[in-house]
Amino acid sequence: MLRVFTYLLIAISMIAISIFIGWWQVDGPGTKAPASTIPVSLTQMEFSLKDHENNQVSARSLLGKPAMVFFGFTYCPDICPTTLENISRWLDELGPDAEKFNAILVSVDPERDTPKVLAEYISYFHPMIRGWTGSLTELDKMMAGFAAKYERVPLGKDDYTINHSAGVYLFAEDGSFVSIIDSHEDAKMALTKIHRAIKSP
Amino acid sequence: MINKLLILIAVTVTFVNIPAYAQTRDVTITRQWARASIGTMRPTAAYLTITNNGKDAVILDRIKTKIAAMAHIHNSTTNAKGISSMAPAGEIRIEPNQSVTLQPSGLHIMLMDLQRPLIKGDSFELTLIFENGQHITTDVPVLAISARGPKE
Repeated sequence: MLRVFTYLLIAISMIAISIFIGWWQVDGPGTKAPASTIPVSLTQMEFSLKDHENNQVSARSLLGKPAMVFFGFTYCPDICPTTLENISRWLDELGPDAEKFNAILVSVDPERDTPKVLAEYISYFHPMIRGWTGSLTELDKMMAGFAAKYERVPLGKDDYTINHSAGVYLFAEDGSFVSIIDSHEDAKMALTKIHRAIKSP
Repeated sequence: MINKLLILIAVTVTFVNIPAYAQTRDVTITRQWARASIGTMRPTAAYLTITNNGKDAVILDRIKTKIAAMAHIHNSTTNAKGISSMAPAGEIRIEPNQSVTLQPSGLHIMLMDLQRPLIKGDSFELTLIFENGQHITTDVPVLAISARGPKE
């Protein structure tokens, strides 16, 4: 009788241990983040761009306030205005908290998006949103830090479009990466993440 | 008496013509709108819902509008890595009693080579041509660049 009980206890313990190991690896602290898809801290990024008012800007310009950063271009007729409209709405929802944010559209199309063009484009959206762009070399450095990608795709004879990472990247005021708002997440989810960026670190 | 007859004729013409405008046969177009453009250099997008109340499936062949030299149906998609891209949508087939909705971040009519800027508050005519030869012309209001869609 005692032996049956011992075996049963061992069996239950083994099941419990396997469940725990599974949890640890999949949902628990042991989860392996796919290294290449997570941005590094802004403090570790080195790049130099121009904003829409021709000021020199860098990753350091984003420190001191939480930041939301989005990649796009002004020849993008669908995804980019939609995302900028989303960001504008979130900033409206934040009310006075919106001023605590750096909200940046980074154009991955410097050939067509000069600071002047960006200035006009962002004027249609929330006034807190600023536009940045620069040389392809500097943009590449920024994209590498963000683990983000863009690719120029020909569209007819002289035209092209750009495939690009479409999420909104959130950073805390100390530059640490907080989260990405996916392009299909609803406003409630987005605001939860935004509040997380305000509260951290 | 003549006055009454004229009113009757006017009312009849109004009722017969207006629905026929955007509602030829069994296919209807609703919730149409376009995003204002920045000048004429940059493309912009138009959106609408196509509903097929008929007995046969219909296939959208092409779009014509005087406002743009090119009007193509494109689809925006975002892959598992969060990278969005835009490509020609391929065949748009609407089964009987089904709708297809063109909306932001998905299917849209990309308006390229604009002939004049699309200004908020204006509207323009757009014709959908189906493979069965059916043409439907609809008046598309231009909303703000930052618009999400027509008001509910």
